[in-house]
Amino acid sequence: MRHLLSAADLTRDDAVLILDTAAELAAVTDRSVKKLPTLRGRTVVNLFFEDSTRTRISFELAAKRLSADVINFAAKGSSVSKGESLKDTALTLEAMGADAVVIRHGASGAPHRLATSGWIQGSVINAGDGTHEHPTQALLDAFTLRDHLKEAGGDLAGLRVAIVGDILHSRVARSNVLLLRTLGAEVVLVAPPTLMPFGVESWPCEVSYDIDDVLPGVDAVMMLRVQAERMKAAYFPSALEYSRMFGLDVARMSRLPEHAIVLHPGPMNRGMEISADVADSPRAVMVEQVANGVSVRMAVMYLLLGGRQEEI
Amino acid sequence: MDSRARIVLDDADIGRAVRRIAHEIVEKARGSHDLILLGIPTRGVWLAERIATSIDDIEGTHVPVGSLDITLYRDDLRLRPARALEATSIPAGGIDGRVVVLVDDVLFSGRTVRAALDALNDLGRPAAVRLAVLVDRGHRELPIRPDYVGKNLPTSLDEQVRVELVETDGLDRVVIEEEVR
Repeated sequence: MRHLLSAADLTRDDAVLILDTAAELAAVTDRSVKKLPTLRGRTVVNLFFEDSTRTRISFELAAKRLSADVINFAAKGSSVSKGESLKDTALTLEAMGADAVVIRHGASGAPHRLATSGWIQGSVINAGDGTHEHPTQALLDAFTLRDHLKEAGGDLAGLRVAIVGDILHSRVARSNVLLLRTLGAEVVLVAPPTLMPFGVESWPCEVSYDIDDVLPGVDAVMMLRVQAERMKAAYFPSALEYSRMFGLDVARMSRLPEHAIVLHPGPMNRGMEISADVADSPRAVMVEQVANGVSVRMAVMYLLLGGRQEEI
Repeated sequence: MDSRARIVLDDADIGRAVRRIAHEIVEKARGSHDLILLGIPTRGVWLAERIATSIDDIEGTHVPVGSLDITLYRDDLRLRPARALEATSIPAGGIDGRVVVLVDDVLFSGRTVRAALDALNDLGRPAAVRLAVLVDRGHRELPIRPDYVGKNLPTSLDEQVRVELVETDGLDRVVIEEEVR
């Protein structure tokens, strides 16, 4: 594996290896010296064309814990705002000797372009591209699910996970469907018809329009943010109606089985897709998701950069 | 390429070596109260467990055993594709102020031990670090020497020393394989 562009590129064994590696690396967080020398002398560039707090900080922390040098490149305040193309930005980074580029871009497919164009030699890690994919988010969700719901490690066979909300604009949903299927879990998508992507019937998952019907039968529910910034049309009559039909409040949460957990990739709109008392309840694992994100990204960077770089 | 194998230690030899190492560790530490045994995966961990059992027989005290994976501290990471990690588990209470005995199956170049010393440095500050190995086959590339040795085995560089243990391989023995070109 040289790049991480899509959750679809991962086999079951690849994914389990990443989760197992992350489980070992998680212990570093509990040590007094939270650093490993593994990527000493390597340079990781965080190339963020879209706003992000937690993903960028998470990648930065993961790289630093492995002793890599990190350069943060935000499009705002850089030459990109003066009109520089992705190609010229990439060539600049290559000339500076980047060993890996972590890219977030508003255009679906930008990481793929960067990886296959020959502009750069290093590894490319997709940190979210448009409405396409966000593979490390899916990995950290899988890690969190495994941590809570599977005693023995391994894959996620036998689990059933509901993903609820703005599926249409969600790269998190797409990456999760692909990865959770690869790991043997069943996925059911829940959303109003207007927020289901075109062609969803060909995805390897079930589709439902009724959250109350789905909740009693799942081991975990993942609430997605309503992405107002990507919405260029009216997808539902009002925020209040969306919240009543598809939001997770305490009454709805009580329909879940006793052991089931609640995930949210963040940032949350409290009161919209998730109520404040659900977000603060012990079944909500958002804080663990953030911590697991660092471990999973450390695992990905170690596996991509830690050994000899594979020939193409 | 063909290979010739000969058995240099059998199960009884390995049992005696482990018991003698246990005696020597206890003697040098004047008891066992500050000791921690850290095995280097995979076979070092099993050897550490056996040494702890022997110390239990001798002293009647339980010495904590852990494992220390050194993969992330290796100096040859970039020579091979990235490897899967083994488990690291440090006994509760940590290593600060304790006498840590590193346990490995074969001592060769010394690079694994160098990596283990670096890893320990990030985990705490032991009172002392000692090294126990089942087989010392020579050819050191770093100024490192063992404190407790099961067997010194002079070897040539085109020989391979293979330690097999019941826990991982189904039987106890040490084999030297010579590659015949």
